[in-house]
Amino acid sequence: MDALFQFLRQLINGLQSGSIYALVALGYTMVYGIVKLINFAHGDIIMIGAYCTLFFITLFAGAGLPVWLSVIPAMIFCALLGMLCERVAYRPLRHSPRISSLITAIGISLLLQNGAQLIFSPNPQSVPKIFSADALTFGSFSISIGAIITIVVSLAIMAALQAFVKGTRLGKAMRAVSEDDGAAKLVGINVNSTIQLTFAIGSALAAVGSMLYISAYPQVQPTMGSLLGLKAFVAAVLGGIGIIPGAMIGGLIMGIFESLTKAYISSQLSDAVVFGILIIVLLVKPSGILGKNTKEKV
Amino acid sequence: MKKFFAICMAAMMAFGAVGCSSSTEGTTETNESTETTESTEGEETSEATGEEILIGGLAPLTGSVAVYGTAAVNGAKLAFDEINANGGILGGSQIKFEVLDEKGDATEAVNAYNKLSSMDMVALIGDVTSKPTAAVAEMAASENMPMITPTGTSADITTYGPNVFRVCFLDPTQGKTMADFASETLGATKVAVIHNTSDDYSDGIATAFKEEAAALGMEVVADEGYGNDDVDFRAQLTTIAQSGAEVLLIPDYYGKIALISSQAKEVGVTATLLGGDGWDGVATALDESSYDVVEGAYFCNHYSTMDESEKVQNFIASYKETYNEEPSAFAALAYDAAYIMANAIDAAGSTDKQAIVDAIAATDYEGITGHMTFDENGDPVKTISIIQMKDGAYTLYGTVEP
Repeated sequence: MDALFQFLRQLINGLQSGSIYALVALGYTMVYGIVKLINFAHGDIIMIGAYCTLFFITLFAGAGLPVWLSVIPAMIFCALLGMLCERVAYRPLRHSPRISSLITAIGISLLLQNGAQLIFSPNPQSVPKIFSADALTFGSFSISIGAIITIVVSLAIMAALQAFVKGTRLGKAMRAVSEDDGAAKLVGINVNSTIQLTFAIGSALAAVGSMLYISAYPQVQPTMGSLLGLKAFVAAVLGGIGIIPGAMIGGLIMGIFESLTKAYISSQLSDAVVFGILIIVLLVKPSGILGKNTKEKV
Repeated sequence: MKKFFAICMAAMMAFGAVGCSSSTEGTTETNESTETTESTEGEETSEATGEEILIGGLAPLTGSVAVYGTAAVNGAKLAFDEINANGGILGGSQIKFEVLDEKGDATEAVNAYNKLSSMDMVALIGDVTSKPTAAVAEMAASENMPMITPTGTSADITTYGPNVFRVCFLDPTQGKTMADFASETLGATKVAVIHNTSDDYSDGIATAFKEEAAALGMEVVADEGYGNDDVDFRAQLTTIAQSGAEVLLIPDYYGKIALISSQAKEVGVTATLLGGDGWDGVATALDESSYDVVEGAYFCNHYSTMDESEKVQNFIASYKETYNEEPSAFAALAYDAAYIMANAIDAAGSTDKQAIVDAIAATDYEGITGHMTFDENGDPVKTISIIQMKDGAYTLYGTVEP
């Protein structure tokens, strides 16, 4: 029984970190799906979102409002920032070689990171508790509230996003632009605003991710987005980049594998094992777990 | 199209440039009043009398360990300012303390060292963290440059040459001290360790702790590791929580400790937390609402702000007055290092490198961080303070004699 509880605890640990990877991976995957751009600045948008959340937490706590509400202004701010990045750095390069926009993405990432270091100082800042530290207890088994909220919120967001993309006119426009932006323009879809919308949604999700992140890891610093971004990017590729449920599955698998490797194989080797699995998956299915092997149409 | 790109790049570069200049500002400033040197009459002890004596400094002033670098530089500057205000050294020469930022990187540190060396520096205070310090020590040894690192704790640093000294105790000493403490004072029989496998500092303490624990007959029930950039430790901590350990050693720097200890609480670790000097500053990395996660933890440190000796309290008062914050151990060690270096140059009677090295080796100094002499390696023989966390405050639990 003890061993089973232990396994369940590790599974929940994995689901919690995996949910955060998944939320961030959604941002990568949406942007990649529509403009075929790997938006390396996405990790840093999370960092900005975290600072923003932290700012509003202090404000809201002073005003007596529940602190988790601070995610709403953070989402708005991040959405605007995402749109601004798209307008300034990516749109002018949309029809240049792919490598140019990749480089601007890295440039924006560095700009945000160094800008944040300048404004907020490189020192990590501590974050007050967002969710109560209490745990739900079933007999001898307990789960922290933070873990439950993280997992439930990410699943709900994924479902909502999937419904939005499949079921609404705007979602249909996004899918059309993703398939062929020239043809989409011909049938009267405003390609620019559709792409902006994608960036806005992706960045707003990053803000939600950043709130869940700082509730689990109560520290904010300018470089926090880079490794998180990298891992989420890997999760997106693992699940099949460009596919929304793929990002979710990729993120959760990464999280669970990480946790189980640390618990049962070796905590020293966890990254090696996780990335080893990634290589094997990509060797067997180069387009990711949910990816379809599409031939290039001529 | 291209214009946008160009504007962006230009903006980025400008940003970068601003970042550089603002970060070095205020730390490389020197004592400009030194031009008006009254030549001291009749004294012929030094060829440098009445001139500026350049002491170099290396520290990470930007990057992830900037907190340490800034504290160390502040401590050393405070000491040199005091010395200059009291008439300088070598009969009236003023000390010019020139600090270069090495960003916590070994390559940058070596480049900065070469730059300082070409500026005719007489002696070096630095570096601050272990890895770059070792790289610089190797360079300094080849030039027999008198060098005192305030805070480089990894064992190999002083092995590069007889000219390399440090004022902090070593990583293995910390591990051994905490194992002794766990066994003798806490009466623990089952111990657990979680450490950063890619960091010499963390690994050094953990290894010595495990060896000493085994020698004392304690059982190491869990030995977990993690990588440098990890933020999630729940998996390892869940294992530790189940292992029945009574104490858990977390040898890392305060930022990581804040993350590990809050997750430890969350997954139900009840063991007493132990650590090394990297714990200093952990309260700044935790929000007030989370102080309970480190409540009752013990760590060894170089000094305690609660020490009531006049010397320590004076240092704390003048540091607070100058920089408007509590001095960390890094500041205290650098302050001591600066005094030891200045005293040694004074005692050497000249800026001759070998004479200074000999004078440092003969040091017997009562500093902020305790009474110290140097052994044949250039490592200090000194007392260690055990600090206990209470309500986010660092209280002095006791001291351990060498």
